[in-house]
Amino acid sequence: MEKTNQQKIKDFLINNGVIIVMFVLVIYTGFTSDNFFTGNNLMNILMNMSPRLVIALGIAGCVITAGCDLSAGRMIGLGACISGVLLQRMDYSGKFFPDMEPLNVVLVALIAMLICAAFGTVTGFFIAYLSVPPFIATLAMMEIVYGLGLIFTNATPLGGYIKEYTNVANGKFLGINYLIWIAILVAAITWFIFNMTRHGKYMYAIGGNPQAAEVAGVPVKKTLILIYMKAAAMYGLAGFMLGAKAGGASVQTGYGYEMEAIAACTIGGVSVTGGRGKVSSAIVGVAVFELLKVALQYLGMNANAQYIAIGIVIFVAISLDIRKYIAKK
Amino acid sequence: MAEYKLELKGICKSFPGVKALDNVQLSLRPGTVHALMGENGAGKSTLMKCLFGIYKMDAGEIYLDGQKIEVGNPDEAMKHGIAMVHQELQPVPARSVAENLYLGRFPTKGFGPFQVIDHKKMYEETEKWLKEVRMEFDPKAQLGTLSIGQMQSVEIAKAVSQQAKVVIFDEPTSSLSDNEVEALFRIMNELRDKGVTMVYISHKMDEIKRIADDITVMRDGTYVGTWPADELTTDQIIAKMVGRELTNVYPEKENAPGEVIMEVKNLCSIHEKSFQNVSFKLRRGEILGFGGLVGAQRTELMEGIFGIRGVASGEIHVHGKKVNIKHPIDAMNAGIGMITEDRRGNGIFGCLSIKDNVGVSVYNKYLNAGFVLDHKKINGVVDDNIQKLRIKTPSMKEHISNLSGGNQQKVIISRWLANDPDVLIMDEPTRGIDVGAKHEIYEIMNSLAKQGKAIIMISSEMSELLGMADRICVMCNGKLTGEIDQPEDMTQAKVMSYATKF
Repeated sequence: MEKTNQQKIKDFLINNGVIIVMFVLVIYTGFTSDNFFTGNNLMNILMNMSPRLVIALGIAGCVITAGCDLSAGRMIGLGACISGVLLQRMDYSGKFFPDMEPLNVVLVALIAMLICAAFGTVTGFFIAYLSVPPFIATLAMMEIVYGLGLIFTNATPLGGYIKEYTNVANGKFLGINYLIWIAILVAAITWFIFNMTRHGKYMYAIGGNPQAAEVAGVPVKKTLILIYMKAAAMYGLAGFMLGAKAGGASVQTGYGYEMEAIAACTIGGVSVTGGRGKVSSAIVGVAVFELLKVALQYLGMNANAQYIAIGIVIFVAISLDIRKYIAKK
Repeated sequence: MAEYKLELKGICKSFPGVKALDNVQLSLRPGTVHALMGENGAGKSTLMKCLFGIYKMDAGEIYLDGQKIEVGNPDEAMKHGIAMVHQELQPVPARSVAENLYLGRFPTKGFGPFQVIDHKKMYEETEKWLKEVRMEFDPKAQLGTLSIGQMQSVEIAKAVSQQAKVVIFDEPTSSLSDNEVEALFRIMNELRDKGVTMVYISHKMDEIKRIADDITVMRDGTYVGTWPADELTTDQIIAKMVGRELTNVYPEKENAPGEVIMEVKNLCSIHEKSFQNVSFKLRRGEILGFGGLVGAQRTELMEGIFGIRGVASGEIHVHGKKVNIKHPIDAMNAGIGMITEDRRGNGIFGCLSIKDNVGVSVYNKYLNAGFVLDHKKINGVVDDNIQKLRIKTPSMKEHISNLSGGNQQKVIISRWLANDPDVLIMDEPTRGIDVGAKHEIYEIMNSLAKQGKAIIMISSEMSELLGMADRICVMCNGKLTGEIDQPEDMTQAKVMSYATKF
């Protein structure tokens, strides 16, 4: 049966509804506000998107296997704090390790990633080997990581970063901030993992049908651990990025970002029932979220009311998205 | 009284890209069993789902007792006295039999806003209805603890309890053992005596000949015709279904079994009631059939060998070497492949493409630099298999869920061919597959045997077992009760005698 043009248009509208609405909103905002369509503002939006994209790409792996990760937000806080304490100026009065020279910036990013990855591995172990549902396992890890972060930092905020660290956000290469380059690099690596490696294919298989994956010889347990480990490493990196951008950090850094990331993934088309989702889904989701926030700001909407708008967008986006997968009767 | 209890006229139904039903009709005489036949994908289930209000039909009319009716959803169908026993049972396994029977229409007591569920009445009534279908088990039993046959009886009891006048049975016997089928037929005969009209969908010819009064055949979503059951021979029915005369259902046996390739010694399950002390040998180039009633633990045995289920003791030797299998990966490394019984449950990845469904087991083999997938080579392997096994699909990117059962099964076979095992275990390889595709799968099995692979085939269809196997092992109640290796001994009676050796 050939589809009529009318149907095709209708399908297109439903499949891309949220993106179309976003475009309309952005164009409207652009024409009604003076400095929305400026290079500066665009760069700002991209800067805001960068750490969020890294988080969303991490969480996407979990969601594709029909899981989730509630510990993301607290992991980001931990990553930000670890980065912070290792990168404070010697002359800063509140320095956490007063006698320690600040370390190399890249090394610190790796340390933050490694420590978070260790926690992610533990979460993954409970999910894979002890069959704890991801929702609960990551909830438990969220509490543990938060507690450890509080004890570690004494609940005091960190600041006084060396210039090299804040430069990660402010410094530019080819006119684009390093922060954005990091996000692009992470997206490229994630794309490679999702599409060009066994691990990526196994991830989709587990999300599609875990029993069948087991029978087909997929190392389900190892793959799951790797997914939660990899995701946690990305939260650590995101924490590092957020610290650089804000010039400071506390255990509260990144609080609530996990929900935003899960929402962004699903808006972009990562299916919470598992097996579906791409890197582009995470990018689209994060972009929709960020543009929505900024556009609403420009339109002068009450900051508190913005939460309501975001909630409505999630409702609508997921309702439309799910239509693609529900068998038509 | 109208001539027909129920009439469907000019039913049309399209899905995106497919015309599933094209001007189909069906007329049921009151108090008869009406067999609805056709290959998979012929539209039988779709037609019944339209009748039952699960699907909304694009065009067509439904007449009940000569009166035109509208069926918008299953609830309305039930109000008209139409009930359906589904192909895949959809019960709530964690709740009791009674709750399942009265789901959605619990008897209540009290008044106004203070209505509560009348448990006593519910259990009493359930017991009564279960007796009505001659199944006497505890209505408080958790449904999940029953066998599939018993669950089906619950579904039938449910239909009876709703005073259904028309009951649709959608492949009810596909997972029943022979004695459960007998029980079902007894119930159906009793219902018929009470004047209930039934639609019976099945692929099993012998059953149709036994139970049906009329036969309607469908092909590719169209109506072929309706005949009294005793006017058609099995061959004629098959010819009408496929539109061609099938000369021989099973290909000629010309396998030449070679040396022993796998030996299983005293394998015992970790569960007492599952397989115990099973020993058998498998030769290169043979098809070893495993027969037995449902519940004989054949699937459990094979899943034990393949590392899906726990094994307490016993040994498995492949090529004369003892192998230790704890996980399917170990089995694959030992050169064993397995096509499971429950295709949808643990066979296919419904939301993934054909390519990913084939590739998932072989990614280890196609890597560049040790970790980058060689998509070009993988595509080659998948394409090769699509052609070799004649998988009907527009491309390898098609989602497997869009294929028919037979083509899905071929994709799963491709997965294992790409993996090149020496031993291939096929658990009910043709379950839920239409006649034409069945034949193709038989040919594939034979050509694999000819290439020197050893095949274990579990089959609950007696004719398939006798027609395909070079040797037959029969199990009963977890034990291997017999082995038939002489062709002249391969008879239905012999297999049944072993299968019932409790």
